[in-house]
Amino acid sequence: MPVALADPFLPQPYRVERRRRELAGTVTLELAPLAGACPAFAPGQFNMLYAFGVGEAAISLSGDPASRATFVHTVRHVGAVSGALAGLEPGATVGVRGPFGRGWPLAAAEGADVLVVAGGLGLAPLRPAIYAILARRERYGRVVILVGSRSPAEILYRRELERWRQRSDLEVRVTVDHADAGWRGHVGVVPALIPRADFDPQDTLALVCGPEVMMRFAANALLAAGIKAGRIHLSLERNMKCAIGLCGHCQFGPSFVCKDGPVMSLERIAEILAVPEI
Amino acid sequence: MEGIEEILGRHPFFAGFAAEHGRLVAGCARNQRFAAGEYLFREGDPADAFFLIRHGRVALELVEPGRPPVAFATLGEGEIVGASWLLPPYRWRFAARAVELTRAIGIDAACLRGKCEADHHLGYEMMKRFLPILVERLQATRLQILDVYGKR
Ligand SMILES: Cc1cc2nc3c(=O)[nH]c(=O)nc-3n(C[C@H](O)[C@H](O)[C@H](O)COP(=O)(O)OP(=O)(O)OC[C@H]3O[C@@H](n4cnc5c(N)ncnc54)[C@H](O)[C@@H]3O)c2cc1C
Ligand code: FES
Repeated sequence: MPVALADPFLPQPYRVERRRRELAGTVTLELAPLAGACPAFAPGQFNMLYAFGVGEAAISLSGDPASRATFVHTVRHVGAVSGALAGLEPGATVGVRGPFGRGWPLAAAEGADVLVVAGGLGLAPLRPAIYAILARRERYGRVVILVGSRSPAEILYRRELERWRQRSDLEVRVTVDHADAGWRGHVGVVPALIPRADFDPQDTLALVCGPEVMMRFAANALLAAGIKAGRIHLSLERNMKCAIGLCGHCQFGPSFVCKDGPVMSLERIAEILAVPEI
Repeated sequence: MEGIEEILGRHPFFAGFAAEHGRLVAGCARNQRFAAGEYLFREGDPADAFFLIRHGRVALELVEPGRPPVAFATLGEGEIVGASWLLPPYRWRFAARAVELTRAIGIDAACLRGKCEADHHLGYEMMKRFLPILVERLQATRLQILDVYGKR
């Protein structure tokens, strides 16, 4: 039985089942509810994770939406709360509220090509979408995954990307901002991969997540490639408190990122995101 | 075997180029092949050519003394390597190394500069093709400088 969220303000206790170090300062946690199974989530949604005594942070779901045994979260230590979460060891308890927000519009991608553009930790909220697409691969056209990272040592989910790259039904390209001679892959920013990728701009849904400046550049490159703003979806980050559209902390223009997002179409947010060429 | 003029004609860089201009450029062009690890040119060398990549991958590198070279961009099929031949003092500001076996068309810069001076239509067509590449790389450089994946 899924745990019913009677009070969305009340964190439910979860146990850290596994902890895996991904990169320096970045870990993936698997969390299991002390009672019952995890509620279902849609790719692109997030939970509010509460590190007891420290505070709460919005963290995307980054695991397989088909698996209900645990919630998977990839956390990067940037401050007090994320640091406390990233430091949790197996056996520790953490508070969970969620899942919240609107995820990737995968139904709208059926029958079309899908172009995933991820920068840095932005691959975390996109990974459930990739799992969901792969689970029903036949429903989609060409699937292209473009990933940008700072350096080869900082590529998130590197082994998984390598496995995906072996598949003949996926085009996976990874680029880094700079590298030494040991790296034989692409060097350059991830938006620069967009014109080189193979998709039909008239019939492609683009899913983009990464630092906001990177998303702005990517949005411009996607528009230049001929994808319409309504078919470009970005996942936004704003500081959150209530996560259910009450407190106004996460306001972004007329929208609340927690409730109307975090995934929003470029058509809706271009002006506030300052993407001029629309 | 396909002639250089045909290869140039099909290269995206020359899309929409007039046949007469294609012939003029082909007169300055030759096929070149670089083994993996081989340098197309090194920083500080005279910029006496530029390259249209046909197959393979080329890394653009900067060297800091006492450190291994750092690649800041890679270029592949259909892309152009080198713009320093356009502007005095015609010297490379970075190195270009073939990451894998790379086939390219090398275009003799002095030869093409001479033809562009003699035929400003040709010169303008070349500029119209180089400018967007330079702008795109400038944008990419801006994004790289921001180091967006770091902690901020
Ligand atoms: C919808 C949503 C989904 C998110 N998903 C994830 C996720 O899957 N994994 C994850 O690790 N984080 C994710 N975040 C970001 C996470 O919520 C913040 O990093 C966290 O709240 C920071 O709290 P803190 O107390 O650790 O740091 P703070 O004390 O709030 O900040 C410390 C420093 O880090 C900087 N900072 C804050 N947030 C970020 C950031 N996102 N990137 C870079 N620097 C930052 C601040 O400017 C400040 O300088 C998500 C945020 C949102 C809104
Ligand atoms: S976090 Fe409270 S309104 Fe969005």
